[in-house]
Amino acid sequence: MNRHLISAGDLSRDDAILILDTAEELARVEGRAIRKLPTLRGLTVVNLFYEDSTRTRTSFEAAAKRLSADVINFSAKGSSVAKGESLKDTALTLEAMGADAVVIRHPASGAPRRLTDWVSGRVVNAGDGTHEHPTQALLDAFTIRQRLARGTDRHGQGLDGIRVTIVGDVLHSRVARSNVLLLATLGAQVTLVAPPTLMPHAVETWPCRASFDLDAELGKSDVMMMLRVQQERMTAAYFPTVREYRRRYGLDASRMALLPEHAIVMHPGPMNRGVEIAAEVADSDRSTIVAQVANGVTVRMAVLYLMLGGATEEAA
Amino acid sequence: MCAMRHEPVHEPGPGGHGPGQAATRLGGEGWKAVLTPEEVRRALTRIAHEILERTHGGEGIVLLGIPTRGVYLARRLATRIGEFEGTPAPVGSLDVTMHRDDLRLRPARALQRTQVPSDGVDGKTVVLVDDVLFSGRTIRAALDALNDLGRPRSVQLAVLVDRGHRELPIRADYVGKNLPTAHREKVRVQLAEIDGEDSVLLGEGDK
Repeated sequence: MNRHLISAGDLSRDDAILILDTAEELARVEGRAIRKLPTLRGLTVVNLFYEDSTRTRTSFEAAAKRLSADVINFSAKGSSVAKGESLKDTALTLEAMGADAVVIRHPASGAPRRLTDWVSGRVVNAGDGTHEHPTQALLDAFTIRQRLARGTDRHGQGLDGIRVTIVGDVLHSRVARSNVLLLATLGAQVTLVAPPTLMPHAVETWPCRASFDLDAELGKSDVMMMLRVQQERMTAAYFPTVREYRRRYGLDASRMALLPEHAIVMHPGPMNRGVEIAAEVADSDRSTIVAQVANGVTVRMAVLYLMLGGATEEAA
Repeated sequence: MCAMRHEPVHEPGPGGHGPGQAATRLGGEGWKAVLTPEEVRRALTRIAHEILERTHGGEGIVLLGIPTRGVYLARRLATRIGEFEGTPAPVGSLDVTMHRDDLRLRPARALQRTQVPSDGVDGKTVVLVDDVLFSGRTIRAALDALNDLGRPRSVQLAVLVDRGHRELPIRADYVGKNLPTAHREKVRVQLAEIDGEDSVLLGEGDK
């Protein structure tokens, strides 16, 4: 595995399966009387969040704390960043504090990559602009494997042959990009479905199929992953009305009825109920939305353990 | 982050060799058998009897094997105790990776399964089972890992081979064979479940 986790595309199949297998074992710690492991004692993990995010930040924080790391939360609001400090100066401050890992979320695509030049610790991308969100893809892959893997022992298994359809605002979605890369690495067949205005331009170079017609894909999907319509990132009119978007690309009960019996419905959250996903679908048995949140903590524990728990390359 | 398997060769120092290297050398020169399959079988039978004796018929015991090979040994002991007493002893596994003191000396290791019998370990007599007792650091980690699972009434240790060179104040309660070794020598336990046959091998190690 690489020194940093910037893109889901940096992970080899073996790396990805190692993370999923490690998370599988760590999930068992959840049921114990003491849910804390001493492994990262004495190490410092900094959460550097330039965008609001409750779910991802608390998920990383819980993961680091369960492994006994010290956690420093550094959010852009009410800090020196609000006073105009550059990313580089913030990075140098963190470096002086002795951060062993920096978990960064930033509105600019590529900021985490840039950060790797300035800090000596590991960098974990927790979402950068419209680029990538690799730990979300890992927890989605973990959830898919948990629900759909064949046989009793999932250990060592990829997602070979599983048909995943990712629906919605692909253009603005770092979750979609990371998922396409990771799920393809793990052997899944990925199809993107979006209105033409929300489909990325060079999508034919991605390791997946693309389609504009949701109804044609329903019957041949094992996983429906609904994306949030990111109105805050939309700088132009991408579709006429929310009602029209919902009619063509929203997952409601009648569309869910056309899915294969074993199919699951995923959403990275936060949801717009009644836009991309109907409330009755989000609350149904097929929905893995709550499981995804729980799995987020264990998958991030696995990532932090594998990146920080062993020797650094220099010492190995 | 490449070491995916537990290092099966018990050798000095954390620097170590990859498992691949050890495996290729196994078939070749430099390894001699110190326990035959028959002797392994007898040693385990004796340990099973000793456990029953020391715990008054196995009252309230839980066998926890330390992966990888300790788990198979624990299962065999449980089966044997079942044959002698009529009811098999509860058996599980205890991964100690997250509690090791040498994690920072090697690339991050893959985790193994921890599986505790449904009754838990509180108030039980836990018998830890491992293949080779060497520095004692694995057992130290196991005691810490066990501490997070509950509060056993007492903890005992059973090993197939005690090769000496302890670095911590730890001893085994049940020993299959005491094997005097030089520090640089290597000991490898092979078990039918994963290695095809039972044996204990002694290798020369590096000069």
